Amino acid sequence: MRWVMTTNHKDLGTLYLVWAFTMFFVGGLMSLVIRGELFEPGLQFVDPEFFNQMTTMHALIMIFGGVMPAFTGLANWMVPMMVGCSDLALPRVNNWGFWILPFAFGMLLSTLFMDGGAPASGWTMYPPLVLQTGEAFPFLIFSIHLMGISSITGAINVVVTILNMRAPGMTLLKMPLFVWTWLITAYLLIAVMPVLAGAVTMLLTDRYFGTSFFTASGGGDPVMFQHIFWFFGHPEVYILILPAFGIVSTIIPTFARKTLFGYASMVYATAAIAFLSFIVWAHHMFTVGMPLAGELFFMFSTMLIAVPTGVKVFNWIATMWRGSMTFETPMLFALGFVFLFTIGGFSGLMLAIAPADFQYHDTYFVVAHFHYVLVPGAVFAILGAIYYWIPKWTGVMYNEKLGQFHFWWSAIWINVLFFPQHFLGLAGMPRRIPDYAVQFTDFNVISSIGAFAFFIGQFVFIWNMIQCMRGVGEPAPARPWEGAHGLEWTVPSPAPYHTFEEPPVVDDKEVAAHA
Amino acid sequence: MTALTVQAEAEVAKWNMPVGVTEISREVHGLHMLIFWVVVAIGVGVFAAFFYSIWAHRRSRNPKPATFHESTTVEIVWTVLPFVILIAMAIPATGTLIKIEDSSDAEMSIKVTGYQWMWGYEYVGEDYSFYSRLDRDSDRARQVGSGIDPSSVDNYLLEVDNRLVVPTDTKIRFLLTSNDVIHAWWVPALGMKRDAIPGFINEMWARIDEPGVYRGQCAELCGRDHGFMPVVVEAVPPAEFEAWLAGKRGDEGSDTAASEPVQVAEADTGTATATDATEVAAADADADADADAEAEAPADDAASAELELAALMETGEKVYKTNCVACHQASGKGMPPAFPSLIGSAVVTGDPTTQIEQVLNGKNAMPPFGHLSDEQIAAVVTYTRNSWDNDSGVVQPADVAALRQ
Ligand code: HEM
Ligand SMILES: [Cu+2]
Repeated sequence: MRWVMTTNHKDLGTLYLVWAFTMFFVGGLMSLVIRGELFEPGLQFVDPEFFNQMTTMHALIMIFGGVMPAFTGLANWMVPMMVGCSDLALPRVNNWGFWILPFAFGMLLSTLFMDGGAPASGWTMYPPLVLQTGEAFPFLIFSIHLMGISSITGAINVVVTILNMRAPGMTLLKMPLFVWTWLITAYLLIAVMPVLAGAVTMLLTDRYFGTSFFTASGGGDPVMFQHIFWFFGHPEVYILILPAFGIVSTIIPTFARKTLFGYASMVYATAAIAFLSFIVWAHHMFTVGMPLAGELFFMFSTMLIAVPTGVKVFNWIATMWRGSMTFETPMLFALGFVFLFTIGGFSGLMLAIAPADFQYHDTYFVVAHFHYVLVPGAVFAILGAIYYWIPKWTGVMYNEKLGQFHFWWSAIWINVLFFPQHFLGLAGMPRRIPDYAVQFTDFNVISSIGAFAFFIGQFVFIWNMIQCMRGVGEPAPARPWEGAHGLEWTVPSPAPYHTFEEPPVVDDKEVAAHA
Repeated sequence: MTALTVQAEAEVAKWNMPVGVTEISREVHGLHMLIFWVVVAIGVGVFAAFFYSIWAHRRSRNPKPATFHESTTVEIVWTVLPFVILIAMAIPATGTLIKIEDSSDAEMSIKVTGYQWMWGYEYVGEDYSFYSRLDRDSDRARQVGSGIDPSSVDNYLLEVDNRLVVPTDTKIRFLLTSNDVIHAWWVPALGMKRDAIPGFINEMWARIDEPGVYRGQCAELCGRDHGFMPVVVEAVPPAEFEAWLAGKRGDEGSDTAASEPVQVAEADTGTATATDATEVAAADADADADADAEAEAPADDAASAELELAALMETGEKVYKTNCVACHQASGKGMPPAFPSLIGSAVVTGDPTTQIEQVLNGKNAMPPFGHLSDEQIAAVVTYTRNSWDNDSGVVQPADVAALRQ
């Protein structure tokens, strides 16, 4: 019962993280079905319709069930401890926000057993195709509504906590970057989740109540859905990465034993990225046939995103520069992030060039791009964060040898998995196809091998974390990392169930701006 | 197209974007390589600093960290410099984009219609149109558990029954639309793809300057058989194209129906293999063969004469699962109001002629299925008339043949 009723931010943080990893596992198994089928040309195991269901469910589960709840879990655990308050502002809402998720995903997963199968229209749910979904259709829509509600409650909680409950002396420009990036992410969530909810509701009424928002025969416009979807969807991809920026900006200074370079410009760059994310949505739809002026606008604005993103990468490297670095597991994941995320940024810049995007769009080149920003990007940051804070959460150190092994294993296979997909896309392999022409065989074989190997390696992580949760390992001191600053390290490890019931005195040594 | 000179196939790219055979595709390729090298140059700089720092500024070599954490000059430099680089890239990209969007002065137009899952092509103002779908060998090999090795099939998944034949050195405007869901028409060698959207007509253009066969695929998730709707364009010199088109139109004279006999003939020679290709090739070759084929089609059907209910139902279920289930659902209940239920529907219980005609020619949102063989259509019609709670009798291939034209 404690775990069901709990309103404690630490308990809920744990629940969110455990949930996220369960979903990563389920979504991961689906990706293995995909990579298994694509191992060689010809259809070996699954029907093409089921293949489409797998790609759709994989994406929805990874994004809404994996990455987003994992970030929310980290926010639950760390935001109150970083700004020096005792809990999130709305603890009961927090409990609800979490428990909505099992219902949402229970509903979504149950569609696998329905007549007509699970949704098979891609996570982008473009009409008219999505309207051909069988009995799963209303379940898809309602589960998305529930995920949206959960995200919004989480976001409101974070905003209210950060704005109202900081310890005296913790001014906005002294907050750790993880808190800053989450604050901005929360605003993005509040702004765009209702847009998604609106879009899918319009789908629902088109299907059941005779409206024709998106059906051409009734005077509607299928492209309008895409505009609305991507007005949500592009900020969404930043929702999936901004907290990761915050994590990396926390870990690198710790292990470089040097203050983050350009704290203020990091904050401004994050805000700039968030702002730009609202005006570039149509770069996902260059091929729908927009007027020239529209294409130019979206091309130029998309290219601009590379500037603040570049500033971030340069600042991380300047933080490392002339530091005194050690390479414990969290640092390895953070450095892996910087290196591989940058590669994803480079392919993003290539995609921004509209005439070239006409060729890249909807090919494996795009698949490679967004997986570079999402797996060695978002997911590596999440893994790094867990290694970084697990001593504080459990009071014991994780097994460093296994941690290092987990990093190197993941870093190698993730590249085997996704790098060849750049070549596949350039050579002309469309995305979301269950079978392919024989000239694409070699790189698909390599990619599939990478997928299976990467997946297997994650059990090392799970084992390591289970050991920590069981309290097996070296006891952790209050500040296990020599270079770590921040209020969370001023409390003992494991952090007591209730921290900061009395607001702490904020000492300038513990704030990010000039530790 | 044995009667025509078929030139070397476009070179298959493996590591990089193909250069293509239009001016636009060469420009796009140039842009692609330009950004690629810019990105590589930036990457070399950034990663050099990154790895040098990791090596030189590790604790064992540099035990005392520096204390700087700000430098306005540096930060301004690395904000402004990327801007300049971006502007340098934006200029050529803008030029190419303007060219891509300028389809004025086109010398001919081809209307491309996406269907679940095939392409319809119409030579605008030329009175000739046809459907193009995955060729039979690929289609057979791609079935789950077919036991056929895909590498034994020529151009596996990238070959169609009817290629789109176009003239070289001609500015061709493609008008793209769709009859059901969104598809995207893409031939890498032309340097362009564009979505085919129901209710809209999109535009793109190409001037191909080398004769040859260029292959591509649908590039927008469009349902179950999204991976199986290739695009094959065969570019021939203008004179040959004119001769080909005249031949195609000459004998039949009228639009859609013109291509049908060819397809029926091909579908019915279901057992033809590569060595037994003469008939197919002949059917494809010229107008004379078309006439032969037309004469032949009913004969074939006569041979398969009266099929039993059980056999029809079995084939019919397969045809239904591939072609109809997306809209009318496995349960036959459809998704009203867009896709009507077939259970007890007036069309399905009434005079079979109406239903056969609707399946052959389509109606509103329902695409025509005239490309299926008489037997397949008879089977699927029989299947719908005798499944779920329906019980409305058997339809024979001959009934279908009688209603074609
Ligand atoms: C330098 C920064 C970036 C640029 C310039 C950029 C650009 C683009 C462009 C132009 C596309 C559309 C490609 C197409 O479909 O033809 C795209 C797709 C995508 N990007 Fe990025 N991107 C950047 C960073 C990111 C980040 C940080 C994320 C998420 C963590 C991300 C996630 C995605 C996803 C998920 C898609 C594919 C969506 C879909 O079609 O399913 N990108 N990106
Ligand atoms: Cu398609």
